[in-house]
Amino acid sequence: MTRKLFTFNGGVHPEGHKDVSNATPIANLPLLPRYVVPLRQHIGTPARALVQVGDTVLRGQMIGAAEGYVSTAVHAPTSGRVVALEPHEVPHPSGLADMCVVIESDGLDQAVEFQPLDWRNLDPSALRNRIRDLGLAGLGGAVFPSFIKLNPEGGGIDTLILNGAECEPWITCDDRLMRERAAEILQGVAVMRHMLGAREVLIGIEDNKPEAIAAMRAAAAGEAEVIAEVVSIRTLYPTGGGKQLTYILTGRETPTGGRSTDVGAQVFNIGTAYALYRAVALGEPMLSRVVTVTGHVAAPGNYEARLGTPVADLLQAAGGALPGSVGKLVGGPMMGFELENDAEDNAAPLTKAVNCIIVKHPDLFPAKPSALPCIRCGACARACPADLQPFEMYWFSRAKDFGKAQSYDLFDCIECGCCSFVCPSHIPLVDFFRFAKSEIWERERHKHDADQARTRHEFKDFRLEREKKEKAEKLAAKVAENKARDAATAAAIAGNAESADPEAERKKAILQAALDRAKKAKESIAPQNTDNLSPAVAKQIEEIEARRTQADTRPEHEEGK
Amino acid sequence: MLSAILVMAGIGLVLGAILGWASIKFRVEDDPLVEKIDAVLPQTQCGQCGFPGCKPYAEAIARGEADINKCPPGGEEGVKHLAELLGVEPKPLGEGLEPKPKAVAVIDENTCIGCTLCIQACPVDAIVGAAKQMHVIVASQCTGCELCLPPCPVDCIHMEVIKEDVATWKWRYPIHTMKQVE
Repeated sequence: MTRKLFTFNGGVHPEGHKDVSNATPIANLPLLPRYVVPLRQHIGTPARALVQVGDTVLRGQMIGAAEGYVSTAVHAPTSGRVVALEPHEVPHPSGLADMCVVIESDGLDQAVEFQPLDWRNLDPSALRNRIRDLGLAGLGGAVFPSFIKLNPEGGGIDTLILNGAECEPWITCDDRLMRERAAEILQGVAVMRHMLGAREVLIGIEDNKPEAIAAMRAAAAGEAEVIAEVVSIRTLYPTGGGKQLTYILTGRETPTGGRSTDVGAQVFNIGTAYALYRAVALGEPMLSRVVTVTGHVAAPGNYEARLGTPVADLLQAAGGALPGSVGKLVGGPMMGFELENDAEDNAAPLTKAVNCIIVKHPDLFPAKPSALPCIRCGACARACPADLQPFEMYWFSRAKDFGKAQSYDLFDCIECGCCSFVCPSHIPLVDFFRFAKSEIWERERHKHDADQARTRHEFKDFRLEREKKEKAEKLAAKVAENKARDAATAAAIAGNAESADPEAERKKAILQAALDRAKKAKESIAPQNTDNLSPAVAKQIEEIEARRTQADTRPEHEEGK
Repeated sequence: MLSAILVMAGIGLVLGAILGWASIKFRVEDDPLVEKIDAVLPQTQCGQCGFPGCKPYAEAIARGEADINKCPPGGEEGVKHLAELLGVEPKPLGEGLEPKPKAVAVIDENTCIGCTLCIQACPVDAIVGAAKQMHVIVASQCTGCELCLPPCPVDCIHMEVIKEDVATWKWRYPIHTMKQVE
């Protein structure tokens, strides 16, 4: 069983530090008094809150519904009461607050009823909708809503790739998950394969995880339904990049600006497959994930924690940060980001995107030396796994010449950090690429807004013009109508040949017509409250009428008196 | 000799006819320069340039009647783009014109009397409402032009600066220490 493997260009060998946290089994966190659940835990539109402050919720109850297409649901991690719906500190490189549902636990941990899905017989679209409402998103770090990736889109996907590479240093959550729950992962894989209609299933694992490979192979051998091939791949950062892993396993290169689906492969993280198993086999929404807590802590290891667990509680579970620690990383050291708030009681919650928290210590993460000017040595280009020229992109990003930076395929950069890692001048290259990308995105947004404003303004001008025209037309029609009526009267007079003075006749006719109209209008106004009157009221009315006639018939000269 | 002259004249006539036909057939109605300038302008339609909207300003620039530094929402960067497009030197924004942070108009719902004056003033139809009904501004369509502020008889509209959130946050320009080389 030897498969021909391919090797991408570049890549680096950072120190692994995997043994710090991969020796102990996954531990569970006790029930906490308070959970903070962000509504934005995935790529795309944040979920729309379904609860209000004061509502009681049950574990697994949907508290945020998917909004728009690229979105997915979020759920309550335990039973309790919603005490706040407000912007709250979240793990994000900006350090900005984002909308969160804060739940105070009632200690009972009552759950809603979970209904397993009959995935083999369910309509594919209905199954995807169920998976969306169960809140599944990719757990590898990109947190793309899974139901979208599980859409075969016409069946061009023949290869399903499971990403167990876990190439980032320090992180071991996928490693432990594969060692301990291989059979469950494979059941999730079976569902993925069924949904995508993939012919081949490949599970790529780096060869620095022999236990995980063995466990997955054993499970795959026992699984008759899904014939999955567990492939041991050479340890080289970043093998876990979706495009890189696809190339290693299949030799298919993803075109620039494209995705691995363009070459017939769909890549999922191991953790996502496990979550899908729980969703389908148990009917349980995505409520928890395995997260590595490592670095300068007392008990580094992997913890299965509910989404919404504050970072402070996670650290406490790992024995707390040891003295002398400075700062925390979310994610790995290559692609992760520094947690803005370094306080002990950090309340930023665990989200679907957070796979690792590393407590830093100057010995483990020495301060980066000051940068030197770029000497155009080309080391970054040799290390780049996406075959880009980082030094060129760096020049243009630094000079804010974004158009030029884009012409060097800036958006094919996967921000893996290999270039910064190898740069002999210690230039933070990736920081420049992230800066340039977000500037370009903002410009696109502004351009989109401007285009929309232009269209709307042009439409308003058009609308005003149209209204003016319509008014003018109405006026013209009325004038024409009046003219026609006058002409008709004139014709009637002309027919009356006896008349000596046609002009006087015409005026008379107009007067008569006006009088007729007035008479008709008067007749049409009838008193509406004269039916069913009592005799007294009727008598009163009669008296008034009599007075009125009398007054009308009074001689005219009396008025002058 | 004669045949040569005739041939040359004939070729001239044929080519002339083709050119004449092409100039009618492929006639460009709009001034493409106006379109290009209009694409650079931010389309707030605020009139701070002294023209009733971005398109008229673009036309004035194209005719050479207006300066390129009259658009505060475009800012210095907008002036730079225009200068690049027109091949002239960029210059600072005109006097009294200052770029402001991007904002949206917000109607105080308790004060609004439903007079529809702001609806008529909005250049992009971003205000929804009817006579004697409360009005509301569609924030995503509001360009922040402030044209709805003066007509309001009860001063119930104010501008709110758009705050940065997780979705619109940008990575900052990396500031890293450079080592002094002796």
